[in-house]
Amino acid sequence: MSANTNAFTGGFSDPVFQSQSIFRMLMDGMARPGSIHTVEHDAGQPDPLGPAAGAIALTLCDHDTPVWLSAGFSKSAVGEWIGFHSGAALTREKAEARFAFVEAGATLSSFGLFSLGTQEYPDRSTTLVIEVAELGRGQSFTLSGPGILQSKAVEITGLPEAFLRLWADNRPLFPRGVDVVLTAGRSFLCLPRTTKIAA
Amino acid sequence: MSADLATYNFAYLDEQTKRMIRRAILKAISIPGYQVPFASREMPMPYGWGTGGVQVTASIIGPEDVLKVIDQGADDTTNAVSIRAFFQKVADVAVTTHTKDATIIQTRHRIPEAKLTEGQVLVYQVPIPEPLRFLEPRETETRKMHALEEYGLMHVKLYEDIAINGRISKTYAYPVKVDGRYVMDPSPTPKFDNPKMHMSDALQLFGAGREKRIYAVPPHTDVVSLDFEDYPFEIQTFEQDCALCGAHGVYLDEVVLDDKGGRMFVCSDTDHCEDRREHGHVGAMLAPNQEAAE
Amino acid sequence: MYVAVKGGEAAISNAHRLLADRRRGDRSLPSVTIDQIAEQLGLAVDRVMAEASLYDRSLAALAVRQSRGDLIEAIFLLRAYRTTLPRFGNSVPLDTADMLVERRVSATYKDLPGGQLLGPTFDYTHRLLDPSLLSDEAVEEPARRDASDEEIMRVSDILAHEGLIEADGELPQDHQASDLTREPMEFPMARDLRLQALARGDEGFLLALGYSTQRGYGRNHPFVGEIRIGEVEVEMEVPELGFAVSLGQIRVTECQMVNQFKGSSKAPPQFTRGYGLVFGQSERKAMSMSLVDRALRAEELGEDITAPAQDEEFVISHSDNVQATGFVEHLKLPHYVDFQAELAMVRKMRADIEAARNGETEMKDAAE
Repeated sequence: MSANTNAFTGGFSDPVFQSQSIFRMLMDGMARPGSIHTVEHDAGQPDPLGPAAGAIALTLCDHDTPVWLSAGFSKSAVGEWIGFHSGAALTREKAEARFAFVEAGATLSSFGLFSLGTQEYPDRSTTLVIEVAELGRGQSFTLSGPGILQSKAVEITGLPEAFLRLWADNRPLFPRGVDVVLTAGRSFLCLPRTTKIAA
Repeated sequence: MSADLATYNFAYLDEQTKRMIRRAILKAISIPGYQVPFASREMPMPYGWGTGGVQVTASIIGPEDVLKVIDQGADDTTNAVSIRAFFQKVADVAVTTHTKDATIIQTRHRIPEAKLTEGQVLVYQVPIPEPLRFLEPRETETRKMHALEEYGLMHVKLYEDIAINGRISKTYAYPVKVDGRYVMDPSPTPKFDNPKMHMSDALQLFGAGREKRIYAVPPHTDVVSLDFEDYPFEIQTFEQDCALCGAHGVYLDEVVLDDKGGRMFVCSDTDHCEDRREHGHVGAMLAPNQEAAE
Repeated sequence: MYVAVKGGEAAISNAHRLLADRRRGDRSLPSVTIDQIAEQLGLAVDRVMAEASLYDRSLAALAVRQSRGDLIEAIFLLRAYRTTLPRFGNSVPLDTADMLVERRVSATYKDLPGGQLLGPTFDYTHRLLDPSLLSDEAVEEPARRDASDEEIMRVSDILAHEGLIEADGELPQDHQASDLTREPMEFPMARDLRLQALARGDEGFLLALGYSTQRGYGRNHPFVGEIRIGEVEVEMEVPELGFAVSLGQIRVTECQMVNQFKGSSKAPPQFTRGYGLVFGQSERKAMSMSLVDRALRAEELGEDITAPAQDEEFVISHSDNVQATGFVEHLKLPHYVDFQAELAMVRKMRADIEAARNGETEMKDAAE
């Protein structure tokens, strides 16, 4: 993939059907945590945003969903690209963000500053899309919870160091909490707040 | 005013509406049994006739899907016919009556008899999504009860029922607890179908259009009907077998035959019944003679 | 039988064909045109526009024709169409002080700047069926005069000069007008959202609720400060231009109800407001709306909530006639699966009672 820095190129060539297909993968991914899905279409997203993360942004974001970007993305054309193609506004306030995109290797300090929803409205929480090096290879983790028959093993390379600790803090907040999509290039997997992860 | 009146997007809803509903569906899946508020749209069919289910189906359906629509378990009830025709018209989607061939099944009041499989989505049409509504009409109150996991009142109500009627007399829309947290209304399916929700291989989505709520049960998730140790939950049983296919242990419709008390019982799930008959099963009514049917 | 096996499609299509036939009626009569409906059944068209929240006379007239004159059905048709329309933005607030007034009456002053203008009203007509309307007799042109330059002051502004009436509702600077057709509803509501719900609420429902407040169920001592009907400009800010451009005129009915308020520890006695604004000409709706708006402000004004009209969740949850008619009428859809479950339960419970009774009799027999 060539280095793309242009915010005004790309986008879905067939938005109705491509976003439907990406959404179905996301829905299946949330319903079956840990299942790995592969994005076929290239939305022409600027570096360093990956194709899966780019497609997810175009599928779910619009002017009703403020978007937060990690430092690496903020410095690139990613914000402009998401804004131009989806209409979403960027926010610096984690708590306002409906979606947060985090580049590979970024340091995660806490999920608590993102919106966790309220006890009455736990749905009003941020969904984090975090890029990792690779899915389907690497360190093995065992997932369990709704959507998983007994348990499921997944391999992840490059999961941020603090992730397991932050996730362990997120789980007991239920029904509040963030939901996570891990992306790696064209592939992604979903981790709804109900999923337990054991190393 | 003229020709452009009749234009609509694929699956009727505009893309922004679909995105809004899709986001609600994802949150619903990640908080099993919790009712996510959504900005339900006015659909070209009346509220109470499946607008919630239709909006959910319209937001998830794609050209690869095969859609089945049932009402009361039957593919040929008028409202099922009407909703199926709607999606054929606005999404040009393949339709089927065979449960096993469908990728999306939209339903009102029944869960198919055949075990649903991985990859299938069951979309329920829901009139009143709030299981606590019959105890407390106010949304402001019931929302608090869910927030605090304060379901004592529900148990009191069910126990009162036992005190008065000697049993829990709720026969449909029987409340369940999902993944040990949220009490949920399974929609007005007979309680006969409740066990099918438990640890299903399929994803279950619920849409309530007029009440503007979407909720979900992911696959392989605990769905437990509320009960008491001394009054355990039990489902309906039928003494008869299906008069057409001889099926036992399925939900039956009572069909009145004459004005002298004559009646027969047939499968409510029409596809299940047809499939059995195709495989050579014969019920009393269709048997060449009484002996053959036993 | 409406569950004719495999017959559903044909049955539906035949039903629709019969409906079209009944809609057209006797073919020897000319069919009614959209223009005729818009011109001669204008108040029906107004109601459809108001409760569908879509200002388009021709489409509303089409809906009236298509629905055979069933106005709730027409409202439903127009709303289902409205949903599919793209949004371009919000208009700037209407300035009803700048209205081209056709009717304006105040019940609180004998005369006032701008005068009392009766306009096209049924008031003071004697309700006698008019045989001249059986034939198509010529109708006189209306009497006209040049519009005066005199400003038609709003009665609320007159009272405000003296500080006798509360300020017009205040919203925070950054408040964005919300839209209940785009966002899920949540209680309690901001007043703007509540007014939107009331403006598209069912006329009959609001009329009954408004009436109930007059009969003591949440009494709020109303005076009609003023009702005005006429055309106002709709404008929209265009960021690229830096000023508002006109999108055209619409006819609206506005009612400002002036209500007694005893005052509280925080506020001296002054009049309070109830507000009604609807598309087209509909005094009944605008007046009912302003009564209900005032009643629903009970909590804000520290009044006891004792009556249905003061109960926001009750009123707003049930004011929408398209929702209400859908849910009431859905009862005619098949429910036989659930009914079967109930049948079995009732039979079982009766059998239990019967068995218990027989048991008692046997015991009694044995005892004897």
